[in-house]
Amino acid sequence: MSMPAAIRKKGWSRKQKRLAVIAGLAMVVALAATLVLVALRDQIVFFYSPSDVIARDVAPGHPIRLGGMVKDGTWTRNGQDNTFTVTDGGHDIVAHYTGILPDLFREGQGVVAEGSMTPEGGFIATNVLAKHDENYIPKEVVEALKAQGEWRPEGGQ
Amino acid sequence: MSIELGHFALILAFAVATVSTIGGYMFWRRGQRVALVLSQGAVLQFVLVAAAFAALIQAFIASDFSLALAVNNSHSLKPLIYKISGVWGNHEGSMVLWILILVAFGAMVATFGRRLPSDLMTLVLATQSLLVAAFGGFTLFTSNPFARMVPPPLEGNDLNPVLQDVGLAIHPPLLYAGYVGFSICFSFAIAALISGRIDQAWARWVRPWTMLSWTFLTLGIAMGSYWAYYELGWGGWWFWDPVENASFMPWLAGTALLHSALVMEKRNALKIWTIFLSIITFSLSLLGTFLVRSGILTSVHTFASDPTRGLVILALLALVIGGAFFLFALRASSLRQGGLFAPVSREGALIVNNLFLATAVGAVLVGTLYPLLLDALVGTTISVGAPFFNLTFGALMAPLLVVLPFGPFLAWKRADVMAAAQRLMGAAALAVFLTILISALGGVSISLAPLGLLLGFWVAFGAIAELVDRSKLGRVPLGESWRRLAGLPRSAFSTAIAHFGMGVTVLGIVATSAWETELVTTLNPGETAELSGYSIAFDSFSQTAAQNYVADEGHFTITGPDGKTRPMIAERRTYVATGTPTTEAAIETYGFSQLYLQLGEPLDDTHVLRVWFKPYITLIWLGALLMAGAGFLSLTDRRMRIGVPKRVAHAAAEPAE
Repeated sequence: MSMPAAIRKKGWSRKQKRLAVIAGLAMVVALAATLVLVALRDQIVFFYSPSDVIARDVAPGHPIRLGGMVKDGTWTRNGQDNTFTVTDGGHDIVAHYTGILPDLFREGQGVVAEGSMTPEGGFIATNVLAKHDENYIPKEVVEALKAQGEWRPEGGQ
Repeated sequence: MSIELGHFALILAFAVATVSTIGGYMFWRRGQRVALVLSQGAVLQFVLVAAAFAALIQAFIASDFSLALAVNNSHSLKPLIYKISGVWGNHEGSMVLWILILVAFGAMVATFGRRLPSDLMTLVLATQSLLVAAFGGFTLFTSNPFARMVPPPLEGNDLNPVLQDVGLAIHPPLLYAGYVGFSICFSFAIAALISGRIDQAWARWVRPWTMLSWTFLTLGIAMGSYWAYYELGWGGWWFWDPVENASFMPWLAGTALLHSALVMEKRNALKIWTIFLSIITFSLSLLGTFLVRSGILTSVHTFASDPTRGLVILALLALVIGGAFFLFALRASSLRQGGLFAPVSREGALIVNNLFLATAVGAVLVGTLYPLLLDALVGTTISVGAPFFNLTFGALMAPLLVVLPFGPFLAWKRADVMAAAQRLMGAAALAVFLTILISALGGVSISLAPLGLLLGFWVAFGAIAELVDRSKLGRVPLGESWRRLAGLPRSAFSTAIAHFGMGVTVLGIVATSAWETELVTTLNPGETAELSGYSIAFDSFSQTAAQNYVADEGHFTITGPDGKTRPMIAERRTYVATGTPTTEAAIETYGFSQLYLQLGEPLDDTHVLRVWFKPYITLIWLGALLMAGAGFLSLTDRRMRIGVPKRVAHAAAEPAE
């Protein structure tokens, strides 16, 4: 089955061939590892509850995910402009979103918003996530509420 | 009564599978008779699980609310098709569907595999039975779909409205057929490791199963993507969500497996790697089915999760995957390496393919699991979103797409890159020309879009170039070319079509990402909005009622750039049983492009409308359909028919050292 003649003609010994393959493999893996590390450093988005945002002094303009509950009686809408307050029981942050909110966006329900803080301490959401299940509270929000001692499974669920 | 019969049938199937597993592993050397018993056992398992599944369907159709599963997921007012698909729109029922497909594949091997060497047959079916026993046991003991509800309520709680869609009837069965089909490759790999016998006949056996599963998985993923696109109403077709990644990783690994099994079949090389890929692909399928269900990863698409079973699921996964890799570590060194080849050759090209695909799987896996790891180790909650995947995955796929068209032009053993490049000149020139033309017409600013277009055209034309080259089109009379083309094996066409489909998908992705336009505006009946040359007139707003929901309907008239008008209706539905609202976006297709309308909740009689124009978006799914079509075409090829002549199987069989 082997092709020693052909391989010799090309000047590749079995060892060299194996080396070439391993070198190629190492190069691709190194490239991938570099990419992954760079991307993990720059492209990941941290999740913060309102209390985290205040405690850690999150830089304005930096993309984050803000999670908590939509505070009762705070959602106002003017055309496509929405304003609502995200709370974790400890602190509140006023969020703005332009567009159509998900179907299950409600006051008193969990919400995760992607966006960034403004220098004035508000939050501009570029995307509001809600799962299409009315009993759903994002896991991160549950953790954040538990941290604030605000988690009431029977009421929340 | 029929529910108890179904429950009993599932228990019996579990028992048969357990006996088959033990018997198969103990007596696999005993020849034909054991293989026959296991074959019959495999068919019996199929009949029993099918009976169990039929019992569930019957209970759902009859709205038998003494069945807890029907109470939680059905409603007597639901249309028939959603009553049936509701069976697998939940954790317990989808487990039964999963097992049904598993035993169906086992029965297919038993039926079509009569010519398999008896020891291989016994070991394959024993491994399949092991999987049936493991997951059947899991279903019976932790998620019994046949549990009764006492006292039975008068009405069910209805199925999640998002799932009341024809997508649920099609998507999970296709996806599961893909996932579970790879169990055959897994079982063949385990059989090869145990018996220590692996050869070209083995690869010829495994390849059709890989092809079949891959084809189903391609269809399943494409269908799922289109479903999410029109149902979730966000206008996105891929979110790099854990569930999507979980289905995408086996697809990538399965694509690699298809190509490496080709090398093994043709050249008897890459044996250990192919075995490894078979195990990895099915392991990723298992991860795809169960990691999401365990509740550890959260996702927008999960509807069948139950975190309480998380530990059991993880233990089961660790056992199956860990066991397989343990066996691999023990036995892989006993497999003999085969044919030699120069780095520049068809084999070399296929290795490059495997290298990039496997690395891409790694990158996606890291991105999917990194948040879990960080959360467990440091306690920081992060999300790894689309930018991460676009960067890493894109950077790994681009070089693969650049070299892809060369592959089919390279000869086995040792090839000439320059000759291949010469034959691809036409395709390259055409790709460059079209990219420049489109960029000039569209007035593209500096971005990655032209590069993406170039790649897409290059892959698509490069795939066709092979057919053109082999038919000697333009170099011999037309009739002669036609005769040559007709004489090509179907596998040549399926390769070309699959690669062409890949190019088409790339073009769709690039076009839609680069030139999509979007408009969010307040619009009331009588007003008109403009987007990308389309004028959207809001004619009227009305409320209607259907069988199990009431709907707000916005009626629109769209005037396209050609001056013709078309009606569109965007809805917001509220389901009666649960009070859950859903958005039903209106989608109108213009050529390969689509206009996508989403109507917001009305407030004080003002309406918010979100409109997207998505140029050439349908190419994404058309490309996937082409790939799947190529898979089916290849299965009809003489060389790929399921079943290897006995003569070949024995002549080529060589025991390991």
